[in-house]
Amino acid sequence: MDPAGSLRSRGLAAFEGLERVFDAAFGSALNPLRHLGALGFLCFWLLAVSGIYLYAALDTSVGGAWRSVDELSREQRYLGGLLRSVHRYAADAFVIVTLAHLVRELLLGRYAGFRRFSWLTGVPLPLFVFACGIGGFWLNWDQLGQFSALATAEFLDWLPFFASPLTRNFLDAASVSDRLFSLFVFVHLGVPLLLLFGLWFHIQRIARADVFPPRALAIGTLGALLAVALAAPVMSQAPADLSIMPGPLALDWFLLFAHPLAYATSPGLVWALFCATLLFLLALPFLPRPAPPAVAKVDPDNCNGCRRCFEDCPYAAITMGPHPNGKAGRQLARVDADLCASCGICVGSCPSSTPFRSGARLLTGIDMPQLPIDALRRRLEEGLAALRGERRIVVIGCDHCAPVDRLAGGDVTTLSLICTGMLPPSFVEYALRGGASGVLVTGCEEGACAYRLGTRWTKERLDGAREPHLRASVPRERLATAWLPAGDDRALAAALDEFRRGHG
Amino acid sequence: MAEPAAPRPTTAAAWIGQGALYMLFALFIGVFSTWPAYRHLPADQALIKLSFTHNGKRVSECRQLSPAELAKLPPNMRAPMQCPRERVPVVVELDIDGVQSVRHSASPSGLSKDGASAVYRRLPVAAGQHRITVRLKDSPGPAAFDYSRDESVTLKPAQVLVIDFDAEKGGITLR
Repeated sequence: MDPAGSLRSRGLAAFEGLERVFDAAFGSALNPLRHLGALGFLCFWLLAVSGIYLYAALDTSVGGAWRSVDELSREQRYLGGLLRSVHRYAADAFVIVTLAHLVRELLLGRYAGFRRFSWLTGVPLPLFVFACGIGGFWLNWDQLGQFSALATAEFLDWLPFFASPLTRNFLDAASVSDRLFSLFVFVHLGVPLLLLFGLWFHIQRIARADVFPPRALAIGTLGALLAVALAAPVMSQAPADLSIMPGPLALDWFLLFAHPLAYATSPGLVWALFCATLLFLLALPFLPRPAPPAVAKVDPDNCNGCRRCFEDCPYAAITMGPHPNGKAGRQLARVDADLCASCGICVGSCPSSTPFRSGARLLTGIDMPQLPIDALRRRLEEGLAALRGERRIVVIGCDHCAPVDRLAGGDVTTLSLICTGMLPPSFVEYALRGGASGVLVTGCEEGACAYRLGTRWTKERLDGAREPHLRASVPRERLATAWLPAGDDRALAAALDEFRRGHG
Repeated sequence: MAEPAAPRPTTAAAWIGQGALYMLFALFIGVFSTWPAYRHLPADQALIKLSFTHNGKRVSECRQLSPAELAKLPPNMRAPMQCPRERVPVVVELDIDGVQSVRHSASPSGLSKDGASAVYRRLPVAAGQHRITVRLKDSPGPAAFDYSRDESVTLKPAQVLVIDFDAEKGGITLR
């Protein structure tokens, strides 16, 4: 393995280890590490709501800014002061979850192919987060704001773009005007609007984007931010005084770390690091990689335009258009090959994928060329025919979760799908009618599905809450599900043992 | 439908674990949003900032065109005076206690080199008394410096001394 690949593998193993720690406490569905993007949105809205109140109280003048913010903290400790602290700590949390989200997607290799758009639109967003956050310190106009404004100006002046150095705006008290303060306000209000637009753009090609964390996680995160806001309320440092260099500063290292770094090294080095990182991240989707798997293929003769694949596709890769048969109102699914993840969830959603259809060859409205529904039915029939004895178990799983194929043999036959979401629920009934004494459906834990929605859709289809659903007449005691950590053979074996015990 | 449960901690253990992780998150944010304190300038130092934006003089004087030269130009462009746009670089020298700390030739800005020349330098120095000598040249040719200022200043710790140029105030200013 190349050094970069090895480094990535080690990083991924470490991150997955951390995820397991969080899984143990939160469960996989509420694991904050699986909702980092949604937590970022939560931080954004916390910043927006608290920021509106702070802006109403802020005196946007050089002379009044520090006094107005300081009074807010002292005279409204449990309203304005608390909101100010939440505002600041939510900004810190925003940096943490945004960068963690980026690192996680990088380690999981989620930057190429159908994810290229989301990656390329997501990579620049941390810059907006930092720009908003750093600009917020200037509005306060205490000595930390003074230091940050001057350090930012010196950092930007390193670039050969400005005819007059920006630093001249901070030479002395006379240089700083109310007009400059209007620019500060513009930066702190305008950049978040650009960030919101960027976030909207970022999730455009994701169906049912996770833009708000589960309620329990949102409450827990808000509680943590409130706790730190109450325990360590944010207070202003001494008012800005440009005739002196501020002494020791209580620096916010999450947002302002680049200032000391630039002074300890040089602005040029920091710019070089920053540009190299950005270029590396932006270039990743364009690096050579193995040929992508075949994408879903629509069969117009078997597609009745029901829109279920359109509804269920996790990546908005399916659109509906007029059916070529020309019948009024009849639609046909269309797959955008650039967006298709080749997960097969659309096959599971297609009502034509039922194995009960007659015909030597099973055809469906939308199929995966690398694992056609006909091959699945044949494999199931052959597997069942090969089983002997009274107890005959079918274990269905996916290629990304715990590997089910290793269980085959004895009283078990297996079907490994691209994603468990590819399973048409009627396959369960078909297996039971075909001689199986029980069916165990396995898949990734909730929130851990490699294709986002496979676990959720399968659960809902088997529960009868989503079309196509498993018929009510199917004896539920002969069906079990197990949602497991990826690659966890022991958990899979334990689930199978428990299922066996229930089936004599 | 049976759903064998994957191994999970007891509810109490999960609640304790969640509480501990939320607390760790809050602690992480609370600590590193203010700690460790950062001191940009050592306690016994002051800062000298040398900064100006100033237009150097034109590289050459305006010149009266001869009738022959004017005749060669299109009728609508026959301005009698020809003035070059380009300005000379502004050269600045700063000596602190007799030791040259800065010598810089600031090029004029703009594609036609007709804009102002700008300089910004920050020089940490020990607090206390210093002899500051600043020289500035903004004219063409090998002539001596056009402006100079020599002054003794006493700087307190953390004090910022700004050396600027303001033609209306007589040239080089210290404040």
